[in-house]
This record gives sequence, C-alpha cells and structure tokens, in this order.
Amino acid sequence: MTRTLLLEIGTEEIPAHAMPLILMQLKDLAEKTLRESRIEFGAVQTLGTPRRISLLVKNLAENQADVEEEKRGPSVKIAFGADGKPSKAGIGFARGQKVNPEDLIQRDGYVYAIIHEKGKATAELLKNILPQIICDLNFQNNMRWGDLDFKFIRPIRWIVALFGEEIIPFEVANVRSGKISRGHRVLSKGDFAIDAADKYVEACEENFVIVDQNQRRAMIVAQIEAVAQERGGKAEISDELLEEVLYLVEYPTALSGDFEIKYLNLPPEAVITPMRDHQRYFPVKTFEGKLMPIFITVRNGGRDYLDIVQHGNERVLKARLEDAQFFFNEDRKKNLDQHRDKLKTVVFQEGLGSVYEKTARLVKLAEKICDLLGEKVTAADRANAVRAAEISKADLVTGMVTEFTELQGIMGREYAKLDGEKLEVATAIDEQYMPRFAGDSQPKTTAGRILSLADKIDNLVATFSRGLIPTGSQDPFALRRQALGVVNMLTEANWSISISAIVELAMDLLKVTDKVGREKLQAEVAEFMRLRVKNVLSNTARYDVIDSVIGNVDDIYALTLRAAAVESFLATPDAVKNIQAFVRVGNLAKKADSTDIDEKLIKLEAEQKLYRAFEAVKVVAGELIDKKDYIGALDALKKLATPIDSYFDAVMVMDENLDIRKNRLALLKSIDNLLAEIADFSKLVV
Amino acid sequence: MQYQELVLALQKFWADKGCIIAEPYDVEKGAGTMNPFTFLRVLGPEPWNVVYIEPSRRPADGRYGDNPNRLYQHHQIQLIMKPSPDNIQELYLESLAAIGLEAAKHDIRFVEDNWESPTLGAWGLGWEVWLDGMEITQFTYFQQVGSQDIKPTAVEITYGLERLAMYIQGVENVYDVEWGAGVTYGDVFHQNEFEQSTYAFDVSDEQLLFNLFEKYEAEAVRVIKLGYVHPAYDYVLKCSHTFNLLDARGAISVSERTAFIGRVRKLARLCAEEYLKQREKFGYPLLKKSEASAQ
Repeated sequence: MTRTLLLEIGTEEIPAHAMPLILMQLKDLAEKTLRESRIEFGAVQTLGTPRRISLLVKNLAENQADVEEEKRGPSVKIAFGADGKPSKAGIGFARGQKVNPEDLIQRDGYVYAIIHEKGKATAELLKNILPQIICDLNFQNNMRWGDLDFKFIRPIRWIVALFGEEIIPFEVANVRSGKISRGHRVLSKGDFAIDAADKYVEACEENFVIVDQNQRRAMIVAQIEAVAQERGGKAEISDELLEEVLYLVEYPTALSGDFEIKYLNLPPEAVITPMRDHQRYFPVKTFEGKLMPIFITVRNGGRDYLDIVQHGNERVLKARLEDAQFFFNEDRKKNLDQHRDKLKTVVFQEGLGSVYEKTARLVKLAEKICDLLGEKVTAADRANAVRAAEISKADLVTGMVTEFTELQGIMGREYAKLDGEKLEVATAIDEQYMPRFAGDSQPKTTAGRILSLADKIDNLVATFSRGLIPTGSQDPFALRRQALGVVNMLTEANWSISISAIVELAMDLLKVTDKVGREKLQAEVAEFMRLRVKNVLSNTARYDVIDSVIGNVDDIYALTLRAAAVESFLATPDAVKNIQAFVRVGNLAKKADSTDIDEKLIKLEAEQKLYRAFEAVKVVAGELIDKKDYIGALDALKKLATPIDSYFDAVMVMDENLDIRKNRLALLKSIDNLLAEIADFSKLVV
Repeated sequence: MQYQELVLALQKFWADKGCIIAEPYDVEKGAGTMNPFTFLRVLGPEPWNVVYIEPSRRPADGRYGDNPNRLYQHHQIQLIMKPSPDNIQELYLESLAAIGLEAAKHDIRFVEDNWESPTLGAWGLGWEVWLDGMEITQFTYFQQVGSQDIKPTAVEITYGLERLAMYIQGVENVYDVEWGAGVTYGDVFHQNEFEQSTYAFDVSDEQLLFNLFEKYEAEAVRVIKLGYVHPAYDYVLKCSHTFNLLDARGAISVSERTAFIGRVRKLARLCAEEYLKQREKFGYPLLKKSEASAQ
C-alpha cells in the first residue's frame, strides 16, 4: 500500500533567482532522507512559486521496511558458564539488545543477538522527517523574523503536510502544519483546503496558482509569443529573464505596452537594458531583427484592469528612457578623450593607481602583443588596437555607464562611433570585455583580440600582485572567466604567443620589481592558466594526452596543436612501439648532463646507425616544430624508433668508460630534447 | 487624492494598527532609517511601533529642479513594527488600498531587494514592492543595525511619497503634484531644489565641509564617551550629511569613500552600543509596559 505525500512550505515572496537551486536541493534532501529512513518511494517532484516551496512524493510506502540485524556480543566462553547456562555477561548483553538469553545464537566462538525491527508507520515517521527536511534546507541568505530565532530564506507563513488524505502534524517556526493553503493574493478568495495530496496541483490551479513551474513556464512563453505576434513582431525571450519572471508570478498574464519611437534613436542596448534588466520586460523586434517601440511584461494576475497595468508600466519605462536620453545627451557633450581625462580620479584597484594609468598600461601591452605576434598584425591593426586601448575605459565615467553598469564597453563602442573613430576601434572597445558571461562570444577582430588580451593579463597580474588569487567561490573580479576567455580566444585566433612575455611587461608597468615576487607571480599566472587549459582540453582530449603536453603552457595555441598531434600519433600503426622507444630514451636522458656529442667516440654499429638517423631527422623535425607542424614532426621522429630499439639491444649505455658513457647519454638527451618540444611521452598510458 | 491626503491616510491607517504617529527628525539625513525613532529604537528587546514622515536629503540626486523624477530631497512615510507582525504583508497591501491602490486593479510584486547601509552598519532582507513596474516601497526585515543583531526582528516599510502621489494623480512631473488647497509640490519645493542642488554641486565650500566633518566626528566621540547617546547621534547624522555633500561635490575619491563610510559606521556603532546599555539600565521600560498590558 502506498500514498502520495505533499509538503507545501508557504512563505513570503522568495527571491526568484534562488528558486531553481532550492527546488533541486529539496528533491535531493527528500530522497536522501526517505532512503535513510527505509521508506520506499516512487517519483519525487518539487514545485515552486514565489510563495511556496513544495514537494510531491508519489507511491510512498505506508510502512518503513522491516529490518533484521545481527549484533555480535561477547565470546561464548564469557557469555556462557561452564554449565552451559548464560553467564551474567551473557544475560546482560541479551537484555541490552532486548532479546531473551536463550535466543542468543553462537557462531565462530561468539554469541549473536538477532534483532527484528518492525518498520514503523510512515505517517508516524513523517512527523519528524518533514520538519527536519524544512530545517535542513540551506540558503545563501537567511533571515530571522518576528521574535523567533529560526532562520529561513523568507518568513514561513503556512505549511501543508498531507500523506494521502491524512494531515501530518508538526510545528516549525511557530507554524503548525495542516491542510490549509493560500491561493493567489489577488485572484483567489484566500485560504483553501487541500483534501488529498494527489489533488494538490488541481486545487492550486482552482485558486489561481499554477504551482508546477514547467506548466507555468510554458504558459508564459506561449502568452509572450502570442502577444508579440499580435503586435506584428517577435519577442526576444532570454532564458535568464524567463527563469526570473517564472518565479515572480503565480498566475501569469502577458501584456504589451508602447514607448515613444523617438527613443529608438538611442543605441538599442541603451533601450533594451533598462527594459530587460531593470523592468524585467521582454523586448520585441521586427522579423528583420530591428527593435520595435514595444515591450512585453508578465503580470502576476489575470486579465482584469490590464489597461491600468499597461499604462502604469508605460509610465515607468518612459521615465527610465527619459533618463537614458538625458544621460546620453550629457555624455555626448564631451568626446571619449575628454571623458578619459576624468579616469584620473577613478581608482583601478587599491594601491594600483587610477583607471587612467591602466589605460596607459593597456597601450603599452597592446604594442607588446603586436610585437610578439609579428606579421600577423598589420600596421592598421596595430594603430587601431593602440587607439582603442587609449579610450578603452573612457565610457566608465559617462552617465550612461554609471547608471547602467552592464553597458560598459557597449556605450564605449557607440560613443566612439559617434566621435568618428574607426569602426575597428569602436568594435575593439566592446570586444575587450568578451566573454562577458559563461558561454558569451569571443572577440573576433584583431584589434579587439589584442585589447582583450591586454586587459585580461593586466587584470590578472594586478590582482595577483595584491595576493588576491581566486579560491573556491571567491573570485570577485571574475578572473577565472577572464583566463578562460584568453585560452579560448588564443585557440580560436590561432595565435601563438608567449603569455609570460606579456606578464613580464605587465609586471614592469605595475612596478612589481622584486625578483622573487616576479618569479612567484609568473608561476602563479602559469598555474592559473594551466588549470583553465586543462579544463578546455578535457572536452576533447584524453587526460593522459593533456598531461603529456601541459608541462609548458606559455604558448597556449601551440599546446593545443601538440595535444592534437599526440592524439593523432596515438592512432598511427606501431604507436605503442614508437612511444615505448621514446620513453626509453627519455628515462636515460635524465641522467645526462650535456648534449655535446663527440662523433669519434661513436664506435658500435647500432650506435652509429642511431646517430645517423638522428642527424637525418634532426633538422627536418626541428623545422617542422618551428612551423608548429607537430604531426609532421612526429612522423619524422618516429623513424628513430627502430634504430632506438636496435641501439638498446646492442649498446650498454652506462659503459665503464666515463667518456663513452657521457657521449652516449648526450646522444639520448639530444633526441629527448627534440621530443620534449612536443610532449612528455612518459605521461601517456599505452 | 492630494499629497497631504495621501500622508494623512497612511498615518491614519497605521495609527489604527497600533503605531504611534511621530514627527520627522530635525537633523538632515539621507533616509528615514536614520531617524533615531528607527536607528535607536529598533535596537534591543523592547517593542516599538511607529509611523512618521521623513524628508530625505540625497545631495548627489539633485537635478536643479529640472528633472521630473529626481530630487535633492524626497519624502518618505516610514513605518517600523517590532517585532514584525505575522500578517505584515497583508497589512501593507491593505494600506495601499487605503490610498486607492487596490491590488486587484494592479500588478503588485515583491521583488527581492537586500537592503544594506554601510554607513549605519545595517542590513536586512526584503523586497522592493513594484506597482505596475514602479518601485513604490522598500520593505525590509532588519537583521542588523549599528552593527548589532536586531532581536526581535523589526520590519521597516518605506513608501516613496512623491512617486505614489504622481501615480495616483496621474501627473508626469513631480512639481505638478497637487499638495493641497490648490498649492503644488513645485510651489512648495522647486526653489529649494534649485538652490540646494546648486549649493551641493557648485557652491559648497569643500574645505569647510572637511573641517566640519572632523569636528562633528570628534564631538560625537566626546559626547558618546559621556554617555549622552542622543546628542552624540545628532553629530553622527551631521557627519553623514556632510559626507554626502562632499560626495556630491566630487571631493571624495573612490578609495577615500570607503574610509569615510567606515568612520561614520564606527560612530553609529558606538551610539548603538551605548543606547543598548542605557535601555538595559532602565530595565527596558517599553517591554514591561507591553507585558503588563498583555496580562
């Protein structure tokens, strides 16, 4: 026999962004607790609205499972006297385990008590389990209310706990559980009784609460799309906004409103940001993708008085857009060079000067990056990157960005265009911040990539120089995202560049002069990058392949090519044999202290053959490595495998004659050095 | 509904729910929370239910009287109930109905807003209340004030009066709000807005303000050491307002800001600690009174 269990925690409005995690947590907690309590259960579902966190468990067993357990007691000798009767100790043990002394069994010299525990009634157990689950829920921000010491994400106002039709009585935070829930604040008549756990979702709906978030989400999307279509456009429904709106309403009704067309003269982002991020409106675009003077909002309520709601929302948006227009006009009274001047009063990071000084560093770093990239960068790209660096942060002091911080870079781009800067310069200012969030796109233009790299390395070095390396959840400057951005961008751009060379200059510019400190910082940056590279590669490459190439992360693009080359080398015939030969070379090469080979000391035939083979591939492989054709290089190097094997069959490397020994090791070391430029083959699992 | 009718209706509503109607405090301040009827009275175990109107000066928000929405000085109805009643949200919605804003005709939402005042060493959890997309109220369960835990928990509800009046009267410009008896908000406050904005942005004497800040700070410390919480707290408020004036003038760099805020927070904490001692010494008179009336 089974019943459905319902737990509804009725609260004041819970922060929307917290709900998805709370519902996941509740599900895990319920499953874990029921399992530990030995109560069998079917499907577990968690449901949520702004005012309720609910749990539905289908097919929950009426009774806890019985258990039979053996408990070992003292040895037979102790538990029983010489007369074969239970001793004091034996009787004591039996009493402790609540069995009769004559029921003790003997095995392997010990006595055992067999305990049968009959499963308790689930309804009884739930009286403790349910309040425990409520208390065990964890939130990022807890609060107290009234005169209670109890903490929860928001005040708990009612609790429904039903096992089938039976109320499970308990009390949490001065609230007694029952079968009375509350309907939609406005649309319902107020309190309503739920007669059975199975009828929960329907009972809520009758009281204008769409408690199932999936059903509610589908309703919202369908309504928004219908409204947009009615208005002749297409709504832009971002997942993030949808998830938030989902937990702001218990009963959704989408409606549209208008704003004056004159605001469309503002950059689209300057219109969308106040709409979307501040008002939680969905923007509407034409089928060609042009912003329309329309917004869609989702009301927590029904269709009555929609005109009032529409009018109110239009008023608010008008005030917001009027503000945006005001800031835009004020900002435009100066060009970006003039705005840049004000950066002198803005602190970058504590003790690290102003943002103005940062832009001066970015200019120097951009130039250095151009130098390092050499021919890949045209004179025009270089000029664009440098110019973009100069005015890269000027928008931070504009009214628009002060008001809408998420528009940094975007307003810079728009203002640069209006100042008559080159399009490439404007684009680079925007691209410097990419990726702005996980999964955002990467900079695409050369100048944008250069500026983005300069900015991120400067941020890394600056923050690390203050000893603030991200740990655990502490990453206030989002350095992990920035470093990951560097890895992905360099790979996407096919840019071979030395990170340490850029870091070197960044340290100079930030006046990190202490030699030990500089070395430590280089190592910390390298380690930080290594973790990100590993992360990225783990999506595509074998872990041992990653290990074989990750020793040197200075040139990230080359590293990815080396990984790919090793990966494809592993697929070639005789890969195992070839790699084993390389590893043998590497093992002995460790003992070498030089690579100076004296040809005259090479006497044995196998030795001469290996030497000649090496001489034959050395130059070719070296050139291929320089060209980053690691696949080609490995193809050349694998010709050494057979001579290596013959060599080890015939030659005793550790010869008694120290000169000969040294010479042999030098040859192996020379080969190994070449191989090591591609990978550490000993890390491969073959 | 006139501006003054709005004020009266809200005061009457909450008085009927057991709050005393208090007056604004006569020292400049940036928010109703800084009135000692909130800042000091939410501390400690005594019950406290009060509603009052409060002018809030935010020099950096001044717009010379040119902006239809933004003001150097705006006005709030501030409500404190300690301990927070279980039906406080329902009471709040009723209060909106009392000024003609029936929930059924609008879209009212409680949108998360975690309130923090670094200057007061205060924080709480709650919401901005949205009426058809417009923020009309700040609704906060205080968790800490003056760097002290608030137990029992006090709830603060702050209505933005200008916004509400504009909405109710359907006017687009705050200066067009009808105050009462044919007088507009502009008639009452426009010149003040212009002059105060001009003073804060263009005319104030930085050096004098820096000096005043130092002097107010020193006096607050001196007086609190003598155990006089209320006059000491007046100087804390003066420090805070002086800091706001300097900030509006652009005289305080981003790095200095944190230090200045820290100085005011420290003073606020000293006052809070002293106030708690004082009430304990008096034997929490309001607590005794409420226990007596409950019996």
